[in-house]
Amino acid sequence: MMRINARTLPLLATLGVFILLYALCAIQYPAMLSSRVIGNLLTDNAFLGVLAVGMTFVILSGGIDLSVGAVMGFTTIALAVMIEGAGLHPLTSFTIVLVGGALFGCGIGAAIHWLKAPPFIVTLTAMFLARGAALLLSTDSIPVRHEFYQTLSGLSLSLPGGGRLGLIALLMLLAFVAGGVLLHFTRAGLKVYALGGNARFAGLMGIDTARTTILVYGVSSTMAALAGIIFSLYTRSGYALTGVGVELDAIAAVVIGGTLLSGGVGGMAGSLIGVLIQGLILTWITFDGSLSSWWTKIAIGMLLFIFIGLQRLILQFSAPTGRTG
Amino acid sequence: MTGWFMAARSRLVLLALVLLANMLVAPGFLELRLVDGRLFGGIIDILNRGAPVMLLAIGMAPVIATRGIDLSVGAVMAIAGAVAAASVNAGHAWPVAVLAALGTGLACGLWNGVLVTIFRIQPIVATLILMVAGRGIAQMITQGRVLTFTDDGLAGVSSATLLGLPLPVLIALAAAIITGLLVRATALGPFVEAVGTSPRAARLAGVPAPGILIGVYVWSGLMAALAGLIAAADIRGADANNAGLWLELDAILAVVIGGTSLYGGRFSIGLSVLGAIILQGMRTCILRAGLPPELNLLLMALVIALVLVVQSPACQPAIARLTARLTRRGTA
Repeated sequence: MMRINARTLPLLATLGVFILLYALCAIQYPAMLSSRVIGNLLTDNAFLGVLAVGMTFVILSGGIDLSVGAVMGFTTIALAVMIEGAGLHPLTSFTIVLVGGALFGCGIGAAIHWLKAPPFIVTLTAMFLARGAALLLSTDSIPVRHEFYQTLSGLSLSLPGGGRLGLIALLMLLAFVAGGVLLHFTRAGLKVYALGGNARFAGLMGIDTARTTILVYGVSSTMAALAGIIFSLYTRSGYALTGVGVELDAIAAVVIGGTLLSGGVGGMAGSLIGVLIQGLILTWITFDGSLSSWWTKIAIGMLLFIFIGLQRLILQFSAPTGRTG
Repeated sequence: MTGWFMAARSRLVLLALVLLANMLVAPGFLELRLVDGRLFGGIIDILNRGAPVMLLAIGMAPVIATRGIDLSVGAVMAIAGAVAAASVNAGHAWPVAVLAALGTGLACGLWNGVLVTIFRIQPIVATLILMVAGRGIAQMITQGRVLTFTDDGLAGVSSATLLGLPLPVLIALAAAIITGLLVRATALGPFVEAVGTSPRAARLAGVPAPGILIGVYVWSGLMAALAGLIAAADIRGADANNAGLWLELDAILAVVIGGTSLYGGRFSIGLSVLGAIILQGMRTCILRAGLPPELNLLLMALVIALVLVVQSPACQPAIARLTARLTRRGTA
């Protein structure tokens, strides 16, 4: 049963903002309602969506992951080097980068847990490592011409009305479903919430905080590697500077989606809407044509401010009946 | 002062290593020449190039000491540079432009401080808002172009020379001395550390915690505006996209290398400046050696990893034992 409380209100607010924005856009440009635009909205933001899935886990656990953009950049260049340089099959390369990403994330989680260092600074170090390694592989953009790549990028699901849902959009939706199931319907997901609610209490309750922390960052880096694969398919090339600053977009999507940055409150569905809201603003600016790109940044900053203020208010009002102290 | 040198010992060793590496790759590194009343040489170059990050680190250290963080300094640099360039282009004299830029920095800092103190938003989130929106605001001021200017007065912020030293070095030095005196010659420093250790205890002990908190963010904004002025004067233009990009990370690193605890409650302005100089020294060394500049990122990652391991509570007992043994041997 769904009750409107401090937990569901941010999600409802996000959904309301999305519907309102879409309605405003559709009134101004009726073409926004076409399935073509909807398909592109999902396809163009697929990499951001996948990053947001991982970031939701991290933020719910009370942490932050600044390394995802760099891991994504490293993945695109590593794929290009493996496929074009070493002649590996794309599927083999995909497996290697996904496993590599998972191990890298587990390393981050282990460092955060055992060094007792703030996630912020550990993931910052990881960001430098991944970006530096990516630049050492190659500073040039390398095109990927493997025919399997052409096949994969051509795959798409036709929507009624002439729209297309590319393979990468489907991958993103799949990532959201898988992430949502892991987070909301398994014991591991519950532990992530417990860790984010209060790490000390979680430890006292007998939750293995080391394992949960490692899981959370492992998921985040694996998702970053998947986002790299998606971006590589999207652009059919690899470039070390791909995704600079994209971690901020992912964090913004999660926050706009109603997940509290202090951890423990939020969910997967909101993050998808958060990504779509960002994509919608971009699409609207493209449709308008006269607005400049900097309005995107200002609009996202304002949305962040509004949502964080809203969360603050909700917490304040729910405090007497909720947790104390 | 001896206490400071004891605390700075490991960083001075690190700095010496960096300078030694520089000397090995460029034999004439330590030479100082006086040409047309301005000193030239490797060390002056490091200080000059490192001035913006030094300024940011001076502002960042007190913020981190309150268990905060200021992610917006890079964006504030871009806004301040854009404001200065736009106002000289609008026909104002350069001192007006400088004041306008500094005022902008103060306003940005005030915004961060109010969000953190009055709205009680976590610092990393509160400053994230300005980090994202700030670059957009700077682009709005410059209309998305690199806003160039020809005013020699404003360009002088980066190119002028005083007492044989480039002005950016003197600005950074003056900022360090003023901030150092403010926090160590008055009770402000202990107040900042008290707020970082326990805000509640600080309030109960009569520390004006809200004022202190707002103050550190305002100061950080001011230092960022100074750094932004130098960056804009350096290229005679305001580049909203690239001015100060990722410098917030350099500033945080400089502060961390300087030994300011990320858990709040302990900070040093002098050591943070030393951290910034070490970072710049590393960067210069890699450039001079002709190595790919990408190595710099890996090297920085290694240095922070080292600092984190040394700072981590898990390693503290072992390190304490080691230093105790060394001191005993030293006094014996």
